[in-house]
Amino acid sequence: MGTKILALAVKEFLALMRNKVARMTLFVPPLVQLIIFGYAATFNIRDISYAVYNQDSGAASRELLAHFSGSPYFRQKAVLTSDRQIAPEIDNRHVLLVIHIGPRFSSDLLAHRPARVQVIIDGRNSNTAALANNYVSEATEAFNRDWARTHGWGQPPAQLFIRSWFNPDLLSRWFIVPGIVGLLTLVVTLLTTGLSVARERESGTFDQLLVTPLGPFDILIGKSIPGLVIGMAEATLIMVAAVFWFDVPFTGSLLALYLGLFLFVVSGIGIGLMISSLAVTQQQGALGVFLFMVPAVILSGFATPIANMPGVVRYVTYFDPLRYFLVVLRGTFLEGDGVGVLASQYAALAVLAFVSMVLASWLFRHRGS
Amino acid sequence: MNRMRLSGLIRKEFLQIVRDPSAIAIAVVLPFVLLLLFGYGISLDARRVPLALVAPNSPQAQQLLGGFYRSQYFMPRRYATMSAARNALARRRVDGIVWLRSDFGRRILGRGDAGIGVFVNGVDANNATLISAYIRGVWSNWLAQEARDRGAAIAVPVEVEPRIWFNAALRSRNYLVPGLIAIIMTLIGALLTAQVVSREWERGTMEALMATPVSMGDILVSKLVPYFVLGMAGLALSVAMAEWLFSVPLRGSMLLLFTASGLYMLVALGMGLLISTVAKNQFVSATIAVVATFLPAFILSGFIFDLDSMPFPIRLMTHLVAARYFVAILQTVFGAGDVWPVVLANAAGLCIMAVFFLGLSWRLSRKRLD
Repeated sequence: MGTKILALAVKEFLALMRNKVARMTLFVPPLVQLIIFGYAATFNIRDISYAVYNQDSGAASRELLAHFSGSPYFRQKAVLTSDRQIAPEIDNRHVLLVIHIGPRFSSDLLAHRPARVQVIIDGRNSNTAALANNYVSEATEAFNRDWARTHGWGQPPAQLFIRSWFNPDLLSRWFIVPGIVGLLTLVVTLLTTGLSVARERESGTFDQLLVTPLGPFDILIGKSIPGLVIGMAEATLIMVAAVFWFDVPFTGSLLALYLGLFLFVVSGIGIGLMISSLAVTQQQGALGVFLFMVPAVILSGFATPIANMPGVVRYVTYFDPLRYFLVVLRGTFLEGDGVGVLASQYAALAVLAFVSMVLASWLFRHRGS
Repeated sequence: MNRMRLSGLIRKEFLQIVRDPSAIAIAVVLPFVLLLLFGYGISLDARRVPLALVAPNSPQAQQLLGGFYRSQYFMPRRYATMSAARNALARRRVDGIVWLRSDFGRRILGRGDAGIGVFVNGVDANNATLISAYIRGVWSNWLAQEARDRGAAIAVPVEVEPRIWFNAALRSRNYLVPGLIAIIMTLIGALLTAQVVSREWERGTMEALMATPVSMGDILVSKLVPYFVLGMAGLALSVAMAEWLFSVPLRGSMLLLFTASGLYMLVALGMGLLISTVAKNQFVSATIAVVATFLPAFILSGFIFDLDSMPFPIRLMTHLVAARYFVAILQTVFGAGDVWPVVLANAAGLCIMAVFFLGLSWRLSRKRLD
């Protein structure tokens, strides 16, 4: 039996790899996407463009502004001389924020009275606005510390020391790139298996396959093997690129990573074969892959946290294999996780893999041609 | 061009759409489902962040901790020891730890040199930054309260008054939902249209069409009109959902929104037609449409990732992505209103791309059978 399944697996490989375009679509776009998205998909903001409207002539305001112009996060673009100039600067997207210092700023500070600074931020992109606001408070806090020390103000009774674990510089690339590994592995696995049964149907070889001595389950295994091999190989390639090109640290155990990868690829194959068994034509197969993939990516926590989703949507994410694999990826890359900590993720992936394979073989037998 | 032939062809395209359930699925069901999914699924606003608190029971510590319990951003949990809290962070039960040492109260009253240790899980860097900002907010509220209670001796020199224009509550939905409209119209325009010419080639009906007296221009226009109508219907559905389901304010004018969207629709259709004309094979054209239009619209358009923060070469590349101009118009018209300098500059970009793509696909399609 084993040799027959192997023969089928070899045939599937040939069907996939003999076509030059198919070969290209399997290997070139994923790597190009990794490179482009790895650079483009960042939540870190730099070079926040700002304008200054300073009505104060004292040294204190210049000192405060020096904290902004000296920071790598900020880039000054304009100096305003009247109130009316603020709105156009923001509306036309010339600057992200305007720092407005009132005329009594220096005299207030020298008289030991708290001074206020108004910061107007373009809120069209609320995430950028929130991050910019955070950098503004950091710069002001640094100024406050200096000023309090040199001008005899009392220190605040408690200081805040914020440290971030696993990603000390808070580079969002370290978060996104392992995510892209999961995303691209899912795409490749689904594309290789999602069209395989439909291709047989379209070219009429499906019936021939059914009259061979192979049982339906053998056929499914034979169709799974290329997906498994290509999925694992491609994931390895992308992970090597993530570590050596993007310098994302790998701190956990390789065994833990590959156990997760194996279970994830198998559940992806199960889902791909389910789609493929349902589809009559390759186009429907491609459409089905697309219809599954888009929500699977959005609901996986790839770019936005699952914790922020409303209750009902959060329950839907439990059916998404990518959700668990992303935890495995980020855990093993950044948090130094071993097999033990990730046990619950493996359990969920194993259940999904088992159910999807059983469903796929049921659909395969009952949907005929 | 002959009016009667053209209307006949357009009628044929409409019938083909109406009769094919999968086209209706992409045009009507897909936007609906996508908008629901994206609208509810994508949110960058951290709410009820699980936070570990390790603190003594002194009244000074309790006063600071009270701020975390009152805040809508946190779901605080007390842990007895720092090692228990560390363990919870490693197992992803909490996203951060606030640690006050047992001598916190004494130090506050004494020399005023107490330290507050904050540890956040930095794996999701964006979330970690937001959480730190919320923690800093609780801390500065507490400082202000202390200053009021104890007199100006510990007052803070400079206080920042942030004014967030257009979106004071910083709801991420207000900028994500308008951007989504660009994604959906890209899907309808490019993904659907990418199939229509290559389908005729694959099924061999292109030859039949060529044998008729209709011109190539007629064929292209007849392919454009129904999908343009479909796209504008998808737009109306999306705008209605944005307004009534997600209550995203529309500050600009509806007329401008629809005009700009019509312009973008032409660009998307042009890209779809071009892919379709070049590929002549449905599978290849679907793949190209996803890789060349959908993914860039998602990642390189400013829809979710800030364009100004990208490295320079990538930022240059985004100028070739049509969705970039449309997303800028959408975010401005929804968020800020009819700001003409922004709208006109981006509309000019769209016009150039529309002429380019439509012109190129018209040039490339000939009545030839090779």
